[in-house]
Amino acid sequence: MVSQLTRDERGSAMILCVILTLFGATLGLMGRDDVLGWHGALLALSGMVLLFVVMNKLYDPDPDPDRVTRYYDDPTKVGVIVSMMWLVFATFVGDWVAWLLVYPEATFDAGWSSFGRLRPVHTTGVIFGFGGNALIATSFHVLQRTSRARLAGSLAPWIVLIGFNLFCLLAVTGYMFGITASKEYAEPEWYADLFLVVIWVVYFVLYLRTLARRQEPHIYVANWYFLAFILVVAILHIINNLAVPVSLGHAKSYSLFSGVQDAMTQWWYGHNAVAFFLTSGFLGMLYYYLPRRAGRPIFSYRMSIISFWGITFLYMWAGSHHLHYTALPHWVQNLGMTFSIILVVPSWASAGHALLTLNGAWEKVRDDATLRFMFVAAVFYGLSTFEGSFMAIRPVNSLSHYTDWTVGHVHAGALGWVAMITFGTFYTLVPMLWNRERMYSSRLIEAHFWLALAGTVIYVFAMWNSGIVQGLMWRAYAENGTLAYSFIDSVDAMRPYYFARAVGGFLFFLGGVIGLYNIWMTTRMPTMEKPPVYDLPPVVEAEPAE
Amino acid sequence: MTKPERDPYTGLMTTGHEWNGIKELMTPIPGLVKFFLTTTILIAVLLWILFPTWPYGPNYTKGVLGVDQRSLVQEVLVKAASLRSVWEEQFTTTDMAILEGDPDAMAFVRMHGERLFEDNCSACHGLDAAGGPGFPSLVDDQWLWGGDFETILETLRVGINAKHEDTRYAEMLAFGDEGMLSSAERQAVTAYVISLSRPDELTEKQAGRLAEGTELFAENCASCHGEDGAGSRDVGAPNLTDGFWIYGGDANSITATLRHGRVGVMPYWEDRLTEADRRLLTLYVRDLGARD
Repeated sequence: MVSQLTRDERGSAMILCVILTLFGATLGLMGRDDVLGWHGALLALSGMVLLFVVMNKLYDPDPDPDRVTRYYDDPTKVGVIVSMMWLVFATFVGDWVAWLLVYPEATFDAGWSSFGRLRPVHTTGVIFGFGGNALIATSFHVLQRTSRARLAGSLAPWIVLIGFNLFCLLAVTGYMFGITASKEYAEPEWYADLFLVVIWVVYFVLYLRTLARRQEPHIYVANWYFLAFILVVAILHIINNLAVPVSLGHAKSYSLFSGVQDAMTQWWYGHNAVAFFLTSGFLGMLYYYLPRRAGRPIFSYRMSIISFWGITFLYMWAGSHHLHYTALPHWVQNLGMTFSIILVVPSWASAGHALLTLNGAWEKVRDDATLRFMFVAAVFYGLSTFEGSFMAIRPVNSLSHYTDWTVGHVHAGALGWVAMITFGTFYTLVPMLWNRERMYSSRLIEAHFWLALAGTVIYVFAMWNSGIVQGLMWRAYAENGTLAYSFIDSVDAMRPYYFARAVGGFLFFLGGVIGLYNIWMTTRMPTMEKPPVYDLPPVVEAEPAE
Repeated sequence: MTKPERDPYTGLMTTGHEWNGIKELMTPIPGLVKFFLTTTILIAVLLWILFPTWPYGPNYTKGVLGVDQRSLVQEVLVKAASLRSVWEEQFTTTDMAILEGDPDAMAFVRMHGERLFEDNCSACHGLDAAGGPGFPSLVDDQWLWGGDFETILETLRVGINAKHEDTRYAEMLAFGDEGMLSSAERQAVTAYVISLSRPDELTEKQAGRLAEGTELFAENCASCHGEDGAGSRDVGAPNLTDGFWIYGGDANSITATLRHGRVGVMPYWEDRLTEADRRLLTLYVRDLGARD
């Protein structure tokens, strides 16, 4: 890692480590009477460890001057491994909380292990830990290949990767301490949010600078999506997390918004986090690795354009469908609903586009579990976007809202789409990164595929059942105008579905463990004498004449 | 940049762009996509015309159907009220003693009352109404404030130590924390309290403190719990002689109660349940087996 940096970059890295240590120490001192102190200490410690790592290699020889003729893939390699580790951790916690809903006593008698604290550990771990690292890692890889240019700088990608993971660590440990801003998918408190803003700006600048160096006349579709992901997530994150801390020495802050405005801001954020983090970013992944794996051209340039702008424009309007039948004014709900209905078309166009691109490669889908992962991902993407638009219709929402149907919908997207496309991508990417001919074991990929598919199907079917049963029980009235069931009746009726869900989740978790093992073993395979050539090399611009 | 070429599989032309081996076809947008895009936009426009949707200045378009979610809710509430009115009137006006003798009324109480109880009461009192640590059992024939119709109904209305202005107020003082009884004195009172229901369980040590405990009880406790320890429903002081305990009857629990005091809270329901529902719950709770 460090020996790939130039002497100057090593110096800058040291300064950054010192700044991180000082920032952590200041936060720790100001927050010494609060749980904030622990987070300050965590950052300071991380800064010191990183400083030690850099200093240890400070006087190593300068990196190979020929490195500009190669792409810079070290951050991508680390990102892939870290992403899979987050997956294993976060799906483990997810399955634990799933079992808690079947056996509420299956936990420790401690605050950190209560359902309310573990649930955000699961969601943050999966969305940001697993998904975020996968996006950062693959975006660096795709960006360089489709631009025929090396990343603009060797230090910036590490700032992004390490900084982002520190943010995830602050988030997840914070929940267990009891720190939360109580906004779904935006639970981290003000200091962690500010920290992420800095990291994210570095990411954005790095992306733009590399893109500016590109040697291809056109910007590839995947980069449109990655750039939309980076830019919009920055806007969403900053606005939704506007808050005033109780004091600089306390973790607690209060949102700048209140009441229904707060709710609307939160679900504008929440819905577009799904759109631009979990959809745009992963569509970027799909648009590069699916045609690479299938060996087919993209089906239609025009479909790419209409889908991209359709998704990017329409999602922004749709957030209010999360607040149907609430204090939000009726017209805001209706407006969000109508845009959600139109939204199904570019979503299906994207899913259909992926399937049409597979035309001419269906025998590969049958034989190759890696490509099959991507195919199933596209199918689940279509399924969950249709379901999303359907649930956004007010009368449908009156049945589905607050039920497990929502949970099932989210997991059809997260397991079926986000995770499956990532697995297909990683199994394509890992041999390329480590110059291997293939993955360590294709049978393990096959096993992972069936575990992931079975787990997802069991999970989603269980939640459709439980959600609709809940919705129907809650709205059932006896003839005399009294409720037909008490709430606890509906809880009791959930037991078989919750059991099935936890089993499905376990299968998915097991698949993730196999995936991590397979990837790790691939990195340990002996280096080949004549490694396969996967990429055209970067185009190196001639040095300007003196 | 490569030149546009023909894809051998589909026979379609590429755009001529290429990125690390990835090419794009110049396929026109399929008619199906155009059709659905047009259809969904038309549906959206239709909905914009029919329902409130677009803001302008300080107002918003009301839609030609004139639908409003508040009036929709109002309609549903009126309908529900008319369904409920049949039995609500009966339960509000008829004397509860008469209803208790009416098998039809009681069949309804057992059905609707169970749901009301499960939704509102069971979180503290338990699904079987047997209570739990800190929460009294409703099936043990023992009442803090009384188990007749009117008393239960009033407890439901105003709660205990609740935020209602007429709430029932009761507090077991923190004799230890407030410095009224020393540790040794609390042990003595504990011995006496145990002797009221289970004299044969006293240890030798406790038996030796009984005389002191009796005296201290008369001075400090009898004003609420009565000279015989049988409690008082006027002030919600529990009976200490009956073997039923809210906070536990072992020596440790009694000592803790003496030291830190107890202020049990029951929320008031006047704002959350209708009078008919409260009467129905009163009948339901009595029907569980606890009568006075």
